[in-house]
Amino acid sequence: MSAPVAGRRPLRAGPVSAVWRPRTAFVVLGGLALLVLVGAASVGRGEYPIALADVLRVLAGAGSRGETFVITQLRLPRVLCGVLVGAALGVAGAITQGVARNPLTSPDVLGVTDGAGVAALAVLVLAGTGGSAVGLLAAVGLPLAALVGGLLAAALVVGLAYRQGLDAFRFILVGLGISVALVSVTSWLLVLANVQQASLALIWLRGSLNARGWEHVVPVAVVLVIVLPIAIVLAFRLDALDLGDDAARGLGERVDRSRVQLLGLAVVLAASACAAAGPIRFVALVTPQVSLRLTGGSRPPLLASAVAGALLVVTGDLVARTVLGGEVPVGVVTVVLGAPYLLYLLVRRTRKDSA
Amino acid sequence: MGTTVVGRLAPPVRRRSRPWLALGLGLGALAVVVVLSIAVGASPTTPGQVWDALVAPTGAPSDVVVRELRLPRTLLGILVGAALGVAGVLMQGHTRNPLADPGLLGISGGAAFCVVLSTTVLGVTDVFGYVWFAFAGAALAALLVFTLGAASRGGPTPVTLALAGLAVSELLLALTSAMVLGEGPSLDAYRFWAAGALDDRGAALTLQVLPFVLLGLVLAIANVRALDVLALGEDSARGLGQDVTRARLVGLVAVTLLTGASVAVAGPIGFVGLVAPHVVRSLVGPAHGRLIPLAALVGAVLVLAADVVGRLVVRPAELAVGIVLGIVGAPFFVALIRRRMVKL
Amino acid sequence: MTGAARLSAQGVRVGYGDAVVVGGTDGLDLDVVDGTVTAVIGPNGCGKSTLLRTLARLLVPRHGHVLLDGRRLDAVPSREVATVLGVLPQDPTAPEGIRVADLVARGRHPHQRWFRQWSADDEAAVAEALAWTDMTGFAERTLDTLSGGQRQRVWISMALAQGTDVLLLDEPTTFLDLAHQVDVLELVGRLHRERGRTVVMVLHDLNLAARYAGRLVAMRDGEVAAVGTPHEVLTEDTVRDVFGLDARVVDDPVAGTPMVVPIGRHRPATGRTPVITGVTEDAPG
Repeated sequence: MSAPVAGRRPLRAGPVSAVWRPRTAFVVLGGLALLVLVGAASVGRGEYPIALADVLRVLAGAGSRGETFVITQLRLPRVLCGVLVGAALGVAGAITQGVARNPLTSPDVLGVTDGAGVAALAVLVLAGTGGSAVGLLAAVGLPLAALVGGLLAAALVVGLAYRQGLDAFRFILVGLGISVALVSVTSWLLVLANVQQASLALIWLRGSLNARGWEHVVPVAVVLVIVLPIAIVLAFRLDALDLGDDAARGLGERVDRSRVQLLGLAVVLAASACAAAGPIRFVALVTPQVSLRLTGGSRPPLLASAVAGALLVVTGDLVARTVLGGEVPVGVVTVVLGAPYLLYLLVRRTRKDSA
Repeated sequence: MGTTVVGRLAPPVRRRSRPWLALGLGLGALAVVVVLSIAVGASPTTPGQVWDALVAPTGAPSDVVVRELRLPRTLLGILVGAALGVAGVLMQGHTRNPLADPGLLGISGGAAFCVVLSTTVLGVTDVFGYVWFAFAGAALAALLVFTLGAASRGGPTPVTLALAGLAVSELLLALTSAMVLGEGPSLDAYRFWAAGALDDRGAALTLQVLPFVLLGLVLAIANVRALDVLALGEDSARGLGQDVTRARLVGLVAVTLLTGASVAVAGPIGFVGLVAPHVVRSLVGPAHGRLIPLAALVGAVLVLAADVVGRLVVRPAELAVGIVLGIVGAPFFVALIRRRMVKL
Repeated sequence: MTGAARLSAQGVRVGYGDAVVVGGTDGLDLDVVDGTVTAVIGPNGCGKSTLLRTLARLLVPRHGHVLLDGRRLDAVPSREVATVLGVLPQDPTAPEGIRVADLVARGRHPHQRWFRQWSADDEAAVAEALAWTDMTGFAERTLDTLSGGQRQRVWISMALAQGTDVLLLDEPTTFLDLAHQVDVLELVGRLHRERGRTVVMVLHDLNLAARYAGRLVAMRDGEVAAVGTPHEVLTEDTVRDVFGLDARVVDDPVAGTPMVVPIGRHRPATGRTPVITGVTEDAPG
C-alpha cells in the first residue's frame, strides 16, 4: 500500500524504526576497524616494541604475563584515553555545529578549551607548589578544575552571546573575545609559575596523552556512557531545528530549550575531554565536517564524528610519537592539521559567498 | 540569503565631530599617564624624588630607578602604543572590517613565531637581529589576511577574518610551543616575552626600533587619501582613479613595520589596535587624516595606562601590559558585538 | 462572533518591543472558516504576516489569545498543535545538501520519536505528499539543484506530509515568477478541493488572492478592515480605503472573480479606449 520513498529504505522492528543509511553504517564500521588497527599499532609502539599480532593476542586475553602487564597497565590506558577523548570531542563538535547550523563553530569557540586551560593551570601553578600531598591534590584536582573551568567559560560565552535566539556568528565572535581574555590570564599564570611548572603547564596546554593512566580513562568513559545516549535521543530534535526557528516551532519543537540542552551536552563532553587530556584543539571542528563529507548527509553525524574524532586523536598521537619523536603533544599535530583545514573552509566559503 | 550586508562598519552615527576637543583630551590623558608612569612603580618614590631625578639627578637610587627604568619604559610604551593604534586603523581600513586588529588577525602571532624561531633555533640574541624576523613573520601573516580579503568581492566578513586570524594564531602558537618545549632556558625567556611587557627593555632598545616605527607612521600618513577612497569599496576606488594595488602594498608594509617593531621590542600586545581606532572614530568620524594621528595618541595612552595599572594591581609583583590589555580589552570586544556596533 | 471555527483569534494584540503591530485599539478578532482557503491581504506593514505568525503560535500575543479546537494555543503542547496545524514560514531555510525526500520527511517530525523515525505511516505520508506535488521523481535530488518553483513545491510537500487539517502559508509565492505563482496556488486550491484542508495564506497579489481564496481578510494598520468573499471585499471603495489606491474592479475574464485594475495617471498611447465595466468581448466562455 505504501509506495516506497526513493533513498529512504526503512529499517523496522516492532515500534522501532529508522532509515537505513548504508553509507553512514559503512563509514562507522570501517572507521572502527581502522581504529582498532591504529590503536593496536599505537599500543605496540614504545620502549619495548610489541608486534601487532601480539598486541591483538593480548587484548584477546591470551598473552604472557609480562606483555599483559605492559599493555594493560601502561600502554592501553593512553590509547583508550585518546579514543575516548577523541570520541567525546567529535560528538561535541557534531552537536555544536548541528545546533549552530554552521561548520565554523566548535566547542573551542564556545570557550570550553581556554576556560579549562586557565582553571587547570591555576591548580597547577597555585596549588602545585608544595610537596607530594599537594601534588596528589593536583592530580585529582586538575581534571576537576579543568572540567569546572570549561563549563564556566562556556556558560559565560553562551550567556553573553544568546540574545533573542542563537546567531552562530555572534557566538563565534563572543567566544573569541572571551578566549583572548582567558589566554591573557593563562600567560600571567605561566609567568607566575616556576620553570618546571611552566614546562609541565605548556605541555598540558597543548593537549597531550603522555602519562595517561586508568584514572584518566574512567571519568571520560563514565561521561561518554551517560551523555552519548542522551545526545543520540536529543539529536533527533535537530531534524526540526535544522530548518530555522519558525519552521522548527511549526513542527512543534521548543527551539530555545532544545538548543540550550544540546549545547549543554556538547560542553560537558568537550570539557571532560579537556579534563582528561588537556585542550586538544581543532578535533571538534574538523572531524564532524570530514564525517559529513564521508557520510553525505545534511548534518554532521554523531556516531561517525565520534569514530573520526577517536581516529584522529589516536593517529595524531602515534604520529607525534613516531615521526616527530620525543614528547611532542598530540595537540600540536591536530592544530597543524586542523588550522589549515579551517582556512580552507573559510576560503571556500568566501569564494562561494562572492560568487 | 538575500542581500545581507556583511563586513561593514555600522552606519556612521551622525554626531558632531570635534577633532580639536579630541586632540586636547588625548594630549591631556597622555600627560596624566606619562606622569603616573614615571612616578609609580614597585620601588616607592616620592614626587619630590621624581622631580629631582628629572631635573637635578645626583645618582641616588631613586634617580636610577626613574632615569634608567621608568623613563625608557614610558617612552617605549608611547612608541608601541602609537604603532599598534595606527596599525589597527590601517588594518580596519584596508580590510573594511571593524574587528581587524594586528593581534586578533594573527599578525602579532606571525611576528612572535619568527622571533622565537630566530632566538631558539638560530640563536639570534640582539634586537637588530630578530627585528627582521619579526618583520618577516608579520609580513607573511598580513599577506595571508590581505589575500583572504581579496578573495571575496565585498571584503571578508568579520567572522571570516576573525576565524582566519584564529587559525593562523593557533597554528603558530602550536609550532612556537613545540619549539620551546623541553628547552628550559628558551621556554623561560619565551613565557616572559609572550606576556607582552615593557619592563627591562632599556633605552637602547627603544632607540633601535624607533626608525622602523617612524617609517611605518610616515607610510601610514601617506596612505590616508587612499584609505578614504577605499572606504567606498574597491570598485569605486578604482573608478575614482586610485591605484588599489599600490595603496594595499603601502598599507601592508606600514602594518608590517609597525606591528613587527612593536612585537620585537615588547612582545605580542593585543586589543590596542582594535580599541584605539574605535574610540577615535566615535569622536571624530571616519576620515583617516584625523583617525591616524589620534589613534596613535589613544594607543599610546592605552598602553601606558595598562602598564601603570599592571604595576599597581599585584604589587610588589607586576602584571605585564599585554595581560592587562587582554583582560580589559576582551569585554570591550564583546560589547562591540553585543551592541551590534558590528554587523555580522 | 465565536462560531464553530476550529482556529480563531480572540482579541489579540501583538507587537515587537514597544510598537503594537496588530490589534492596536481593542484587539483583533478573527474566525478562520473551516474547509476554506482564506487569503490575508493588505498593504506593506499592515500586520498580515504578524497575524499569520500569531495564529501559528510563532508569536505570542500580549493580550487575548488564539483558540484551536476551543483550547488556548499556549495551553496545548506545541507538538500536539503541530499535528493539527502546519506552518510554512516565509523564508524557510534548508540545511545545505539535503535531499528532497529527507526534507519532506522532516514534516513527519511531530509524529515521530527518536526511536521511531521512519514508521510505515511516515513512509506512506511522505510518498503521498511527494506524489501529490509531482515531486516523486525528484526524491533523491538535493534541494540546491532545483529551481525556485520546484523548491516551493518541496516545502509544500513537507507541510502536506505533516498531515495537518489546517495549513498556514506566509507569502508562499514571493520570489516566484508568475507562472510558478499560479502553479503553487493551483496546488493550494487542490488541497482545499480534494482534501478539504483549511488554508490561511498571506498574499500580495490581490487578483490571485481573489482567484484562489474563497474568503478574503483585508487588513489595514493592524486591524481587520473587511472580511468576506472576494466579491464582498474587493470593491472599489475597500481598495481605496485599505490600499489608498484608486482602481476599477472588473470581473476576471477567466474565472469571474473580481479583478483590481489600478487607474493611475499614466496611459500608454495605445489608441484604445479603456474598458470601464463588464467583460471584454473576446473573453472565453
